[in-house]
Amino acid sequence: MKKEFYNIAKLITKNSKILDVGCGNGELMKYITENISKDIRGIELSKTNVQKCVEKGLTVIEGDAEKDLKQFPDSSFDFVILSQTLQAFLDPENVLNELLRIGKKAIVSIPNFGHWKVRLHLLLKGTMPVTENLPNEWYNTPNLHMCTIKDFENYCKQRNIKINLKNLKFQNLFSELGIFILEK
Amino acid sequence: MSEKDKIKTLLVKKPLKLDCGQTISDFPLAYETYGKLNDKKDNGILVFHALTGDQFASGTNPITKKDGWWNYALGPGKAIDTDKYFVIAANVIGGCMGSFGPSDINPKTKKPYGTNFPVITINDMVNAQYNLLEYFKIEKLFCVVGGSMGGMQVLQFVSNFPNKAHTAIPIACTASHSAQNIALNELGRQSIMADRNWQDGFYEEQNKQPDKGLAVARMAAHITYLSKAGLQEKFGRKLQERDDLKFSFDADFQIESYLRYQGSVFVDRFDANSYLYITRAMDYFDLTKKFGGNLSKAFEKSNTKFFIISFTSDWLYPTSENREIVIALNAIGKNVGFVEITSDKGHDSFLLNVPDFLNTVKNFLNKSYEKIS
Repeated sequence: MKKEFYNIAKLITKNSKILDVGCGNGELMKYITENISKDIRGIELSKTNVQKCVEKGLTVIEGDAEKDLKQFPDSSFDFVILSQTLQAFLDPENVLNELLRIGKKAIVSIPNFGHWKVRLHLLLKGTMPVTENLPNEWYNTPNLHMCTIKDFENYCKQRNIKINLKNLKFQNLFSELGIFILEK
Repeated sequence: MSEKDKIKTLLVKKPLKLDCGQTISDFPLAYETYGKLNDKKDNGILVFHALTGDQFASGTNPITKKDGWWNYALGPGKAIDTDKYFVIAANVIGGCMGSFGPSDINPKTKKPYGTNFPVITINDMVNAQYNLLEYFKIEKLFCVVGGSMGGMQVLQFVSNFPNKAHTAIPIACTASHSAQNIALNELGRQSIMADRNWQDGFYEEQNKQPDKGLAVARMAAHITYLSKAGLQEKFGRKLQERDDLKFSFDADFQIESYLRYQGSVFVDRFDANSYLYITRAMDYFDLTKKFGGNLSKAFEKSNTKFFIISFTSDWLYPTSENREIVIALNAIGKNVGFVEITSDKGHDSFLLNVPDFLNTVKNFLNKSYEKIS
């Protein structure tokens, strides 16, 4: 399993109620089910991935996070997870609002466009950065709204969203990925 | 062995108050079982059939000699594995495979009920079948499952008996019959009633059968079970055993011949009045009605785990209507999974060999059973 998933799982309280938005093939959900809480379900857009979740015995709803989060009532989950998909939504602001509405806490991870490798790539090569975490070219990337850890922190501050972040400067330069717990 | 001996029947003695106000008692409920009920009695699955189905879901139907209607999904080693689970399937009341229906003899008149048979609803069908749980002494079913009208019965069952099934799989269905579907059913009914032989529903006393009307009803309905793409791919404009058009009203096209065949075989196995009564039950189905339009309230008391399945090319019970059920369940924090299966076989997909569908059902059932047992 990806290191990111262990780090996300560590943030979750035992036996809490969880929604994994864009749960992929269910790898993280399975780990959480077996180790932290059985009360977890996922939303996933890809039919192939939905099938993989069902094979694992996970509760999954085929759907689109941009349209289908509105069916959940306010604060219906203790944690709502969104792993590395925020930047791919047409309207990430709306999705973030929805996550914070339906979840008491939201765990959001983003690929950090402020990482030194990304910065160096653009500076030296003058082309759009392609890295391990951002493997696509500009013309086929699903990422519509790239941001840096600093951007994301500013966004949350402006909207009075509580965010856990220490040593911003260091993290913005050296983290390829930002994982945050957000609270309204 | 006579035909009737091949049908297992439970005589329901307990009075059943129907939605129409009448009460019935001592009525027959025909059923079939597959597999074995285990000692813990925790492996029971109740399968609900669709409009023209019956209790013979698997194997060979001993009356029609055709394959059971859910042969692809149900049987030893199949998606609903009868080596593992004990499956009960009943003929709905109003039907024509041994359960109390309009062709039964009315003891008062000594003649078939015909259209004097009470109008029944999905709720009545489910309440009648609930007696099977008591008969088999099953405290809680492992699963209730069904497609189309069978799916409606699944929803009704969970709403009526919120703690009597661990899991529920409503497939390609709706919680409230749409205007389009009522219209299509009315087309079928009017076709039957327009047949001179229908005789206001008392055709049996006169030894007549409204076969033409029933066949046309079936032909029209059959189109709605398929998809445009599926029809085009299978038939296109192919001609039936001829090289060119005949400039007549013969079945020039393969699709015409196919539909005529579907109509003609249907009348051999199905009763016209049952078709009227069962389509009426579907039209009356609106699970939200009792709950002020709020579908969530229908499931408030339930702790059943739902798994809802729809098909991409099903325009009769489209994904959007299935999704309404998912939304209603999520709105009250119930445990619900949902999958839309890609298939060009239309509404009929749930009856056919659609591997993604069959695997999904199999995985869901087996993984869920691991958790309860």
